[in-house]
Amino acid sequence: MVSNKSMVVEATKLTKKYGNFMAVDNINFDIRAGECFGFLGPNGAGKTTTVKMIQCFSPLTSGTLNVLGMNVQHEERKIKSRLGVVPQEDNLDPELTVMQNLIIYAAYFDFKGIKAQRKAKELLDFFELGEKRDALASNLSGGMKRRLTIARALINNPALLVLDEPTNGLDPRARHMVWQKLRELKNRNITLVLTTHYLEEAHRLCDRLLIMAGGKILDLGTPKEMVNKHIGDEVLELNIPPEQMSPLLEKVRKHIHGSLNLGTSLCLSPKDSKTLMTVLQETPFDLQYQLLRPANLEDVFFKLTGRGLEQ
Amino acid sequence: MRISYRVWHVFMRNFTVFKKTWLANVMFNFIEPLLYLGAMGFGLGVFVEDIDGLPYINWMAPGLIATSAMWAAALECTYDSYMRMNYQKTYHAIIATPVNLEEVVVGEILFGTFKSLLYGIIIIIVISALGLVPSPWVLLVLPVLALEGLAVTELSITWTGLVPGVDAFGFFFTLVITPMFLFSGVFFPLDGLPVLVQVIAWFMPLYHVVELTRSLTLGTVGPSLLYDVLWLVVFITAIFKLPLYLMRKRLID
Ligand SMILES: Nc1ncnc2c1ncn2[C@@H]1O[C@H](COP(=O)(O)OP(=O)(O)OP(=O)(O)O)[C@@H](O)[C@H]1O
Ligand SMILES: [Mg+2]
Repeated sequence: MVSNKSMVVEATKLTKKYGNFMAVDNINFDIRAGECFGFLGPNGAGKTTTVKMIQCFSPLTSGTLNVLGMNVQHEERKIKSRLGVVPQEDNLDPELTVMQNLIIYAAYFDFKGIKAQRKAKELLDFFELGEKRDALASNLSGGMKRRLTIARALINNPALLVLDEPTNGLDPRARHMVWQKLRELKNRNITLVLTTHYLEEAHRLCDRLLIMAGGKILDLGTPKEMVNKHIGDEVLELNIPPEQMSPLLEKVRKHIHGSLNLGTSLCLSPKDSKTLMTVLQETPFDLQYQLLRPANLEDVFFKLTGRGLEQ
Repeated sequence: MRISYRVWHVFMRNFTVFKKTWLANVMFNFIEPLLYLGAMGFGLGVFVEDIDGLPYINWMAPGLIATSAMWAAALECTYDSYMRMNYQKTYHAIIATPVNLEEVVVGEILFGTFKSLLYGIIIIIVISALGLVPSPWVLLVLPVLALEGLAVTELSITWTGLVPGVDAFGFFFTLVITPMFLFSGVFFPLDGLPVLVQVIAWFMPLYHVVELTRSLTLGTVGPSLLYDVLWLVVFITAIFKLPLYLMRKRLID
């Protein structure tokens, strides 16, 4: 197979089975050099399984997968030497210091001595961990551990950084900090691949997204494209008593593209928001709360993966 | 073969961690053989006749070099390896780099072997200080400890590759390590035991290690020792691929 230089990852009919269970089901996608590409999907969608194949960790069941122009089945070592991997669960060396974690990891890439020291120091500064260089990794906070794990993944100057849920379990401040660092990395032209179920994260960071569930691709595109295609510009969120939902939908049917029942609230995508608001004001329904807001990825996510969707 | 010099990186990772706690580590592992030396050598020894023309303690002490080494290697490559593999996910972290899983396992084997050497050497020093090492042949115990380390760590990692959970290591120690400890001729000659037990003992690596350490320490060297070396080399070579295969099956397939 001829591989395209500007494609960092090329997956064709990629499939992974665990026993008889299809974890990744015959999917195709490409990841371009320099972009931030996101895998989005509910628990068990197959995100980790897919990125583990990209990381040359998990052998494919069938299909082909090229990473950095090389086949994962034949050039595992070469690919890994140019990859940075941030796993879903931190796997730092807890008994070692922050600095030692980086130096020991650098050695796995045959990267040693003063150069490795300098690179490690630069990474600690970049991730604002300089003051912690002599602390044991086991004594760091969750956010610091995550930053150290990302720093460690960059020790070999990777061309491609693969992050499995980079901000899982972090508080909002720590999460913002990681996002900011990832954006800076992207500006340095490192290709980023991440999995997430934080829609805000996907929206803020990703140039393109792949939404998957049950091992299959539901859609692939830029966040904006997807929002426009599946939802439209705006969403009207309502809180009404559950028994009134059906009569209300009946009433507004011709003024909306679609609706989504989230249990406690109802989201409508209006054809024209002004008209819809007027119609609603004239109805006798008990609207406890309403908010007109721009449509976002969360709406797309629920529409593609959720139940209760009515067109 | 997929195994390269990179095993050294894995060894160095474990060694770096070991350096932080080596004193506590060493103390803990070397007190136990001393307890045996005291209890069996000085306590029991008073009631025991000479064996092979030697006072009991002189006859028994060299075997402790082998048992101390065995326990150190076995503990390292069961509980400690399992901790790294299962809880710390150290193996996963390493195989995301150009180091592959086979190299990780061999690195673990080499580190277990290092501990076998270290704990064996400590006992050699201690029993030398007690005047229980009459022969310069004892220097050749060092390569024997390396062979012992390889044999024991391969067995231990094989078990680590199989166990469903950390509790299952109890079986390994009860069924493999403790019987070797008791029935390899460390504390008494096997001649008095039923032939079947003697035959089973012959199939255990520790039996041959004890033959070698005792003969070399006491200077009773003869060509039959080469058979014990050969036995160990064959054993090490024969089961070498087993832990590699089981780990790959466990972690990747
Ligand atoms: N080693 C394995 N053996 C058997 N089944 C597995 C294995 N790893 C994953 N699976 C199954 O494959 C499916 C996809 O798992 P995967 O970890 O890729 O999901 P995910 O999208 O990363 O989910 P999450 O958001 O929870 O991390 C799940 O149903 C999971 O149970
Ligand atoms: Mg996952």
